[in-house]
Amino acid sequence: MSAPNAPLTDEKAAPRSNPFRSINLSTRFWVALVLVAFVVVLGMAGWVYPTGPGEKVGSLYDPPGDGLLFGTDNFGHDVVSVLMAGTRTSLIIGLVAGIVATTIGVAVGLVSGFVGGWLEELLMGVTNVVLAIPSIIVLILISISLPQSTIWSLAIVIGITAWPWTARAVRAQASSVATREHIDVARLSGSRLPSILLRDVLPYILSYTVMAFVLQVSGAILAEAALSMLGLGPSGANSLGTQLHWALAFQAVASGAWWAFLPPTIILTLVSFGFLLLQASLDEVFNPRLRRGKRRQMKQSAARRAEDARALAASRSEQDGDDAQDPESEAVPAAGRGIQEGGVA
Amino acid sequence: MKLGRYIARKTMWYLVALVAAVSLNFLLPRLVPGNPVDVIVSNLTRGGSITGDQQKQIYDSFVTEFGLDQPLWQQFLTYLGKVFTGDLGTSFGSYPTSVNTLIGDALPWSIAVQLPAIIIGWLLGNLVGAVAAFRGGNWDRSVFTSSLFLSAMPYYCLSILLLYGLAVVAGVFPVGGAYSLGETPSLSPSFLMDALSYYWLPFLSLVVVFIGGQAVGMRSMAIYELGGDYVNYARAMGIGDNKITQYIFRNAMLPQITGLALSIGTLVGGALITELVFNYPGVGTLLFTAISNNDYPVIQAITLIITVAVLVANFCVEIVYGIVDPRIRAAATGEK
Repeated sequence: MSAPNAPLTDEKAAPRSNPFRSINLSTRFWVALVLVAFVVVLGMAGWVYPTGPGEKVGSLYDPPGDGLLFGTDNFGHDVVSVLMAGTRTSLIIGLVAGIVATTIGVAVGLVSGFVGGWLEELLMGVTNVVLAIPSIIVLILISISLPQSTIWSLAIVIGITAWPWTARAVRAQASSVATREHIDVARLSGSRLPSILLRDVLPYILSYTVMAFVLQVSGAILAEAALSMLGLGPSGANSLGTQLHWALAFQAVASGAWWAFLPPTIILTLVSFGFLLLQASLDEVFNPRLRRGKRRQMKQSAARRAEDARALAASRSEQDGDDAQDPESEAVPAAGRGIQEGGVA
Repeated sequence: MKLGRYIARKTMWYLVALVAAVSLNFLLPRLVPGNPVDVIVSNLTRGGSITGDQQKQIYDSFVTEFGLDQPLWQQFLTYLGKVFTGDLGTSFGSYPTSVNTLIGDALPWSIAVQLPAIIIGWLLGNLVGAVAAFRGGNWDRSVFTSSLFLSAMPYYCLSILLLYGLAVVAGVFPVGGAYSLGETPSLSPSFLMDALSYYWLPFLSLVVVFIGGQAVGMRSMAIYELGGDYVNYARAMGIGDNKITQYIFRNAMLPQITGLALSIGTLVGGALITELVFNYPGVGTLLFTAISNNDYPVIQAITLIITVAVLVANFCVEIVYGIVDPRIRAAATGEK
């Protein structure tokens, strides 16, 4: 797991002249950002796009052309317009569900990890029980029980089924922070529990929380798509999932109407891949052990690291691997890093 | 003694989870305002020619049939009793077929596609991931990037792309279904050959995603192990590369084996939508039909089966892990 106090550790290593050196944004980060930004812009574009998603502009599966970039869907609606509206809905559901899940997860994790005792037992017991029941099942059951699902109810339902793994991870982090000295200082100075949790513990796990949130958002978007494709989508609204649902129901794939199903498929893939990549690159920003320098800085140590890696791979030289915790100790991490250099270049 | 305590503790938690799951399964659909029977009756009588009186009769017979006139706790007891005797009830949608029959027809298709896909995908994925980690360089870069992409891609998206690319455009495989029209499922060679041609596409779409996910996991585990202290120690001791590779491989495999067990547990519910995309007559398609017909007994039975399968798989993994790895046992009983 990432060390929550990463920036402090790094202070020593970074030269004073450039305080921003510690934030090395990798290519991977920029690729992820472009992907996510593209999806967000697509969702926003629905507001300025001239055709509404419910406007009938043609008949069943009109091919692209004639002023329509992606033709029409099974209702004769403009696919581009439906896609924009659907992307927006999916993003809203993802955001709301992500906020709900992360809030519950962080609250449960913080309290159980920090307070400990029977409260921890109880909360973690509940978490483990919820974690053991597959969430898609609970989602299906709740969705068929709702008299009518709107995008908001769907988002909240997805959120309240997705929190347990965040809670477990946050608990592990919080209980490690709980043993640090500054917590004792805060206690001795008379801070109350909520204040200690929010001011003294939360900042240390904030980076982790942000990453968990990113994954929750993409997870929620995919959960919504899965539910919608099963026929449990938000009623009267377009989402990426409902778009696929209708395309499948009206045989778009078999009849070769690629314009009806490829756009939402591609956007869902981009969302999923983009958010995963974003999380991975944020992990690198927050966790110095995973960090890879920019090209310029890499050059300085490249020779030494290559040498180390080669030496280690050949396993002929003795190396002190005790300092794996220290980001500056190149011995062990370099070997891993040499291999890890992959990713999206 | 310690092991016994560990197992007892785990058993207790999984029993609690099972009770919670079964209760949720029973309660949630019954929280629907109104009555599921309303929908069925209004669907049945949509034709028109039925008078209000007849409608009332049909309604009443359905209510008694499904026990909806009894108090909730009594319904719950009946439900529990039936579940434990393996009777999952009668379908609303295709009345009077029993749910057991419907699921019995669908389950073999789902298992036939997924079990081989999981096992083959697991073997190939681990091989690919381990080789990528050990070899490094360009090989690793391309394998890792493509595996990451595949594992990040929602599995149903890949299914749609494969179906369109390989069946509709290229025409290599038949489009949708599990066997040709006019065939009846049997174990005759001609039917099996026919079913096989429909089998490839769903199988392929699942196996590819699984390879990607396993390769990503195996690669990072192997890289993590490569940096372990024991590797350095072994090297300092002058132990040969082959031996070290063995150590690394064995340690990296443990979590992967858990993954395999869990995948087999989530088998039934793992690829519900793949079946929809390929119009494959498995549990996913059955669930979809049940949802569109408000066929609550079928929905409940499917969700119950999936939940129990997942819980049992999780339980087995934890027990096996407790036996294999004493550290986990100690941590769980608070003796660390």
